[in-house]
Amino acid sequence: MKVRINSELCQGHGRCYDLVPALFADDDEGYGVVRGDGVVQPGQEQDARLAVANCPERAVELIEES
Amino acid sequence: MSVDERFSRDFREDREEPLGTRNEIVTGPVSDWASDFSHLEPEWAADPYPIQDDLRQRCPIAHTDRFGGGWLPVRYSDVADIAYDTDRFSSRAIIMSNFRPPRETAPIGASPPISSDPPFHHDARKLLLPAFTKSAVARQEPATRALCHALIDEFDGQDVVDAARDYAQHIPMRVIADMLGFPAADAPQFRQFVENTLEGVNLPPEERIARMSALDDYLLEQIHDHLDNPRDDLTTFLIDAELYGQKLEPAHVAGTMALLLIAGIDTTWSAIGASLWHLATEPADRERIVADPALLPVAMEEFLRAYAPVTMARLVKDDMHWHGVDMKADDWILLSFPAANRDPAQFERADEVVIDRAVNRHAAFGLGIHRCVGSHLARMELRVALEVWLARIPAFTLADPSAVTWSTGQIRGPRALPLRLS
Repeated sequence: MKVRINSELCQGHGRCYDLVPALFADDDEGYGVVRGDGVVQPGQEQDARLAVANCPERAVELIEES
Repeated sequence: MSVDERFSRDFREDREEPLGTRNEIVTGPVSDWASDFSHLEPEWAADPYPIQDDLRQRCPIAHTDRFGGGWLPVRYSDVADIAYDTDRFSSRAIIMSNFRPPRETAPIGASPPISSDPPFHHDARKLLLPAFTKSAVARQEPATRALCHALIDEFDGQDVVDAARDYAQHIPMRVIADMLGFPAADAPQFRQFVENTLEGVNLPPEERIARMSALDDYLLEQIHDHLDNPRDDLTTFLIDAELYGQKLEPAHVAGTMALLLIAGIDTTWSAIGASLWHLATEPADRERIVADPALLPVAMEEFLRAYAPVTMARLVKDDMHWHGVDMKADDWILLSFPAANRDPAQFERADEVVIDRAVNRHAAFGLGIHRCVGSHLARMELRVALEVWLARIPAFTLADPSAVTWSTGQIRGPRALPLRLS
């Protein structure tokens, strides 16, 4: 599983990096960015879903990999 | 020291004649909220939520002939569609009043970037973003915390204190004064500027213009002080800032200073006050957060959802049939993020305050390109204000529920909030 931020939608509310700083950070203008390659480690799945569930712009996406 | 010619004369002299359009001021009791709404009447100030819930059932886009004509959507989906649609809805005025600035003021508007439309909006906003990131505003946190403690120290044994007047209002005033580089001693004037801008909407035009002029006078005085003594603050930053290879227009500098001053105060004051009001009236929620302070950041988001302080406005660009109603060019839209935040189609148990709500895509700071530029600052102030209050005063109740008053207009929060400390 990976997290991704759709930068077309992100407006810099910062809910993702507030709630899950292990997976997300902010850039110099406050927009959300994914840390590293965005791979969600075992045990982080719930946190990743929390970030998705609290983005007002629906900019945080989960990509399920089979 | 070089002389900055831009400010050698009053920036207002360079403004075009304020043509715009004025309409007849209509006040008094609302006959039907679906066809005659007014957010400036006492019934709305006291408790707008039942009105919005009723409109959501039977309308859902209300209309008024007041203010020269306007619309009030109350569903989340309609509010979001308007916030995202900057082609059809302009931000050239964002306070619903009896005056519409001329169309030529777009895309810049009087207080960029909140009053700006694309494409100018993006560039004016980009200037401000680095100063308001989460890490940038974290630098204000120690001083904010010390201020909260000092305000509570001053309660000094009183049984009853006014949490809106003696606590909540001072926090954003002092923080933004510090960021803009204004003297802390001027804070009492800021309250007057805020009331004039946001609550003086139905005053006669001459009086409204005179009051707004006092704010411009103050800002010009601060600009001149900063030209003489440049320092590391937002005012000097704006004086020196460049856009498209040139220094900003004087009216842009002053307009953005006005925005940061006005928008930074009333809003956060309201959010802090409304949260304390909730905790005073719901002891179970208060006790739960006191016992588990880690819950506060989650609870705070729920207070922002349920008591979102800020309603914005837009102007319709052209005549159109939109979501079932016939809008005319220059009709107002009262863009109620508070109403959107209580739409049961978007939120489970929308009318309840659920302090551990896990899914909370609330729109308290707006949606789309105009997301509140100060949202990270507001969240820091709100969190610190509540942390310090609850650590120092874990038990409190409303001293007199009938003495609580709420502000009128587009920013809603307690303005008198007597609390009994126990």
